[in-house]
Amino acid sequence: MNFEFTEEQKMIQQAAKDFAERELLQDVIERDEKSEFATEHVKKLAELGFLGMMTDPKYDGGGMDTISYVLAMEEISKIDSSVAVLMSVCNSLVIWGIETYGNEEQKQKFLRPLASGQKIGAFLLSEPEAGSDATSQRTTAEDKGDHYLLNGTKNWITNANSASTYIVIAQTNPEKKHKGINALIVDKNSAGITLGPHENKMGMRSSDTHSVMFNDVKVPKENRIGEDGFGFPFAMKTLEGGRIGIASQALGIASGAFERALKYSMERKAFGTEIFNHQSVAFKLSDMAVKIENGRNLCLKAAWLKDQHLPYGTASAMAKQYCADMAMEVTTEAVQIFGGYGYVREYHVERLMREAKLTQIYEGTSEVQKIVISRSLLK
Amino acid sequence: MKILVCISNVPDTTTKIKFTDNNTAFDQAGVQWIINPWDELALTRALDIKDAQAGMVEEITVINVGLAATEPTIRKALAIGADKGIRINAEPKDAFTVASQLADVISKESFDIILCGIESSDSNGNNVGGMLSELLDMPSVSSVSHFDIKDGKVELKREIDGGQETVSTPIPFVGIVQKGIAKEPRIPSMRGIMGARTKPLQVIEAIQTETLTEFATYDLPKPKAACKKIDPDNVKELVQLLHNEAKVI
Repeated sequence: MNFEFTEEQKMIQQAAKDFAERELLQDVIERDEKSEFATEHVKKLAELGFLGMMTDPKYDGGGMDTISYVLAMEEISKIDSSVAVLMSVCNSLVIWGIETYGNEEQKQKFLRPLASGQKIGAFLLSEPEAGSDATSQRTTAEDKGDHYLLNGTKNWITNANSASTYIVIAQTNPEKKHKGINALIVDKNSAGITLGPHENKMGMRSSDTHSVMFNDVKVPKENRIGEDGFGFPFAMKTLEGGRIGIASQALGIASGAFERALKYSMERKAFGTEIFNHQSVAFKLSDMAVKIENGRNLCLKAAWLKDQHLPYGTASAMAKQYCADMAMEVTTEAVQIFGGYGYVREYHVERLMREAKLTQIYEGTSEVQKIVISRSLLK
Repeated sequence: MKILVCISNVPDTTTKIKFTDNNTAFDQAGVQWIINPWDELALTRALDIKDAQAGMVEEITVINVGLAATEPTIRKALAIGADKGIRINAEPKDAFTVASQLADVISKESFDIILCGIESSDSNGNNVGGMLSELLDMPSVSSVSHFDIKDGKVELKREIDGGQETVSTPIPFVGIVQKGIAKEPRIPSMRGIMGARTKPLQVIEAIQTETLTEFATYDLPKPKAACKKIDPDNVKELVQLLHNEAKVI
């Protein structure tokens, strides 16, 4: 067993840290307040290859391992979770999904521009009445011979406006229930697609979240991923990897808040000494450090399993559930350590606390993760 | 043109400095090492010129005097965009050792432009660039804050008291660069990091050189005194403190 990172992994971690501190930090508060998408920053992130960092270089990806991805996600999320979630959706869901299950023609046509960062992807699964229960898809993909006709509404779609390539999960054969679901690659500029307004969210406000409406959208048959009816297993397998991304994001939110709280505790004085010297504060920081270390180990374990081509679904669910809940606890304590300053925007920790909440909800709530974990105990 | 950038392996600038062996050696435990910031800016400028003027710059090589532990720093330079790396297998004991080792290797190669950072962020010696040009019998330009190649000719700008000086020099030469030569160092891309795996990194055995300097002791600066706040209306107290305590007036 080896807990040491390779020089390459350390280099990627440092590159992500430098990018976050040099590029994202300068206007993260302002973008959060204005719900403004980080257009220029995302362009630079894409140029550096962070959006397709695990993809095979023959499809213009970075060829890095999942450990490197966890390290990069943590560093970006310490500063700006809105950018981190874009990175997670592109890497873990859209790109991984097409690379793993798409055919060669789909990889040449859709994967290459996504992996090289020229295009952004979005993963359209959630619906107004199908969030955690992904089997209840109301969006339909009617089989019309040489194409599918897509109708319905998708909700809470990350990158909905910035993306060019959608992967849409939709029902083709309702009588077959979840075995009738398909995954389709859809050009966002297709006729019949309209977007709802930008969601005015509690956190990750500069992430580009919309509902997406499909009205008789024609999708060529060759854009279906896998065999007819493969959509549900496709979505579930893809989300297994997605959990590693969101777990690492939650980890980064927690460690970002922790680092700020630790620094503040060594500068801020109360009762004649730095507040770190008060045991009530030192013990909080100690608890936070242990939880973050636990979370990091869970993320890295899940990533390692994935890199070894071993089953990682339970490990990624554990990492996602633990890190999301842990991030909520750690950021809440960070705000407490900052006191009044923690409740105002300029010190970042209140934003990190708002961001942490979403990690308990999206890409499978903490409760859904517990279903996955508990079911695995019986196997 | 072939450009060589000399890079030092230095502790990260946020490192907490500690000494060992009765304060005669730097404690390297747990230290993260980086490319010396001035050298990294020199490399950045060389890469910018290569990108902007395809064909003008044939190759960029980085060279370091150090033991095997410095190779990650050289790989970082390759990940940023340098084409080749050279490591001279010697401990960089002092400026003369480093300059001598560099001069020996450079004299056997054919570089047109040799760039060095003005100093290293650990020892702040400001010596290697000058010594190197002397050992190589090449012209040198110090405090270079801008470097360009126009119509095949090298144009350098130096910061001087109250202004800026533009200098031209025949090649080969040694350019000793300071901050301003590039805005900020490059962040390596995923492709760059991946490509660095396969770029050549040549290890050259060191020659015998003299070590002219012996470090007697190192001392940390005194901790910063606590900040005293004085009422803006109480100028008299401020003057007294500056005179009696700080002893600056």
